[in-house]
Amino acid sequence: MSAVKGSNWTVKVREKAVGALPPDKLLPDGVPAYVSSWIYVFGVLSIAALVVIIGSGTILALKGPGWWHFTGVGHFFNSIHMWSVEVFFFVMVVHLWGKFWMASWRGGRTRVWVTGAITFLVAVPCALTGYVSQQNFDAQWISTQAKDAMNAVGIGSFFNLTNFGQMYSWHIYLLPLAVVALVGAHVLLVRTHGVVPPFELPTDKSTAPATNGQTDVREVAEITPAEIKTSTTQGAQS
Amino acid sequence: MSRESRKLARKRENDYARDWKGPYRPYDLIKEATIAIGVVIGIVLVLTILFSSPDDKPSTVQQWARTDPVDFVTTATSELAGTSALAGYGPPYNHNGDGQHILFLRPQKWLGVDHPIDTAQDFVITPLREINGEPLTQAAVSVWEAAPAKLQTAWTDAYTKALGNATPIAGGSALAVKPGNHGPVPVMMNSLLRYAQGGGLDGALVNSKQFYQTDYTKPLLFLADGGVLKKRAQDQHLLGGQWGMMNETGSFPGQTWLWLYTFWYQIKPFTTSWAANADIAVMAVMGILSLAFILIPMIPGIRDIPRKIPLYKLIWRDWYRTVPEPPKAGA
Repeated sequence: MSAVKGSNWTVKVREKAVGALPPDKLLPDGVPAYVSSWIYVFGVLSIAALVVIIGSGTILALKGPGWWHFTGVGHFFNSIHMWSVEVFFFVMVVHLWGKFWMASWRGGRTRVWVTGAITFLVAVPCALTGYVSQQNFDAQWISTQAKDAMNAVGIGSFFNLTNFGQMYSWHIYLLPLAVVALVGAHVLLVRTHGVVPPFELPTDKSTAPATNGQTDVREVAEITPAEIKTSTTQGAQS
Repeated sequence: MSRESRKLARKRENDYARDWKGPYRPYDLIKEATIAIGVVIGIVLVLTILFSSPDDKPSTVQQWARTDPVDFVTTATSELAGTSALAGYGPPYNHNGDGQHILFLRPQKWLGVDHPIDTAQDFVITPLREINGEPLTQAAVSVWEAAPAKLQTAWTDAYTKALGNATPIAGGSALAVKPGNHGPVPVMMNSLLRYAQGGGLDGALVNSKQFYQTDYTKPLLFLADGGVLKKRAQDQHLLGGQWGMMNETGSFPGQTWLWLYTFWYQIKPFTTSWAANADIAVMAVMGILSLAFILIPMIPGIRDIPRKIPLYKLIWRDWYRTVPEPPKAGA
């Protein structure tokens, strides 16, 4: 227990953080029994793809933007980077659709949905700036075509797709930072609120008290360990 | 259902979903994340080994001037005359147009000129002034600069017309056109062509206020005014009408996540009556759709779709097998 009392800002921040997200909630060793579908895997796969993107991107950044054009190893890491982006968007889209059909914003989880949706939208320009930073024909064509949309809405005056230096900065620092921050906030919100429970099955008891796992379904004690075991597919909660 | 009862049902649904009080199962978060990273690395490695990644060499002004001197000179003449697409583009490059608008919204104009480009000066005259040892070229530029605007227009109009039947001569290092009132323009253009073919113009077009360069706005926009990029793009199915924005060179998947953005460019009225302002119109539509996407939890009707089309029963089928059937009416 801390000996510091009163107006210590550090203590206040710590107490608030631990209160909102105690360690066993931040890194849980159990999940609700309904978290039992392959759709849950796509959330953690999105994070895994992001890790690979950042890892391969870091190697490319360490060697400089021209390296991958004239070395086999560089081209290999560029390919890793490109395919991890493709995988990232694929699994993220599946994850988003899954969460939509679960109505995952229920029960005070609006911010969980909002941070996830914004992450997707910020990831799009993050990828675009990568495409225009390639220093090849693809970059030439995409930058000269996409500039019109940016210019039309005024963004082009401060976000110039044909300025390689500016786009490279956005791509390797500013936008990835935003994506990682959003993913971090998203994951912490998921941990705080938990994974959204299933819909209550339709019932005529419209005036019955809204609870879950107690009165509307069988008591916890009634579910046998064998049932839990057979009903659970290993899946990530996200 | 009355508004009040809908509100009550929604509250009940939210209360039900707020805190889980039912059973839990054992779970190892770190182990699963580690496995997921391993799986993604495996998938990406397989894709990398099988397909690699595209890297088509960029086009250069030198290459363009050598392979298609007529297109190069035609483009350069339009830059000198101020008739190119870029010359009349408007913000953020110049004040020669208002840019696109939607209703009363003109953000392109409002944000102003941030990357000023004078096509005649930046793409033709300044590079020509950098050429040493060609007194005829310098004299031609001086004649051009001293001429009144009306005469300059007459020269470029006549020369542009003559370029329709131009013939590359001297190994493509000059163009022969039918004689006409072209003033100093042919001398200037043939000199610029030679300069470009030697590679000098590539360097001259890069923004140059310091030694290190990272801004390729000018050479890229000059290339984009010509046909060199477009021809390559067409061969690679990258034009706007070919769903180009989401495609990539070769047969690679590209930015497939931009499919909806690209979709609008394929249909009416974006291709017809809105074509002149298609970019801002598409961005407006996508802006509204993006906002709606973020705010789905707050949009009645949309947020109710998952309940009305109960795919959730498939997602949670294992769980629902463990809960009792809901009471039937009258039971």
